[in-house]
Amino acid sequence: MKLALLVNEGPYQHQAADSALQFVKAAVAKGHEIFRVFFYHDGVNNGTRFAVPPQDDRNITVEWSKLAEEHKIDLVVCIAAAQRRGILDENEAKRQGKSGDNIAPGFRISGLGQLIEAGIQAERLVVFGD
Amino acid sequence: MSDAKKVMITVRKPPHGSIYVHEAIEVMFIVASFGLDLSVVFIDDGVLALKTGQDTKELGIKGFMASIGAFMDFEVTKVYVDRQSLEDRNMSEADLAFIGEDETTEQPVRPTILDSSAIAALMAEQQSLMAL
Repeated sequence: MKLALLVNEGPYQHQAADSALQFVKAAVAKGHEIFRVFFYHDGVNNGTRFAVPPQDDRNITVEWSKLAEEHKIDLVVCIAAAQRRGILDENEAKRQGKSGDNIAPGFRISGLGQLIEAGIQAERLVVFGD
Repeated sequence: MSDAKKVMITVRKPPHGSIYVHEAIEVMFIVASFGLDLSVVFIDDGVLALKTGQDTKELGIKGFMASIGAFMDFEVTKVYVDRQSLEDRNMSEADLAFIGEDETTEQPVRPTILDSSAIAALMAEQQSLMAL
């Protein structure tokens, strides 16, 4: 089945991001196609490479990046939600006059149109929130 | 518009204390701007977002009441409210904010109150359902 995910919570504070990550791993293992994972609300905080969780705990962002690399999964962060919360890629950092970017490998920043497309193209849009 | 994809957005969170509703409204405007057949449903504490007379100015928060008043101007025209959620919060139709004006009568328009069975039937028709 062709699946898309909407992740509405950031890492660690709520379980939603962990659940989404585990869901993607399980779905891929079962042979399902993940059309896209779209991050909205605080979910955009999954996409910062500047978070440094304790070494004996999971690193959710690194796990997303690994999944993106290993299975070519499209991880898209909403630009409007990201700008509010200080998640920037190189282009946006330049455009906004900021000194650096923090987007993690495998993530890209784009608009809500990407969520709409995912909702229409996928057979199921699975929402992970609090 | 009849062959446009049907997309529904549900709002279930309370309007203040978090940004969920504010950002859900931003999604509504984008979906509507794509020319999709958008339905919006306010359920549970989400119905509180539609209560008239809310003003967040003193909190220093921009708020979204102006956006709700402009729903129809931005093609967000199918706006529904769950009857039970409304009754559970001692609200009635008169408590609901206007979402725009009827094009022909120029009368102000409120969201439409529906029973949960009617909402379920609408949900079943959708190609995409976004819980925000």
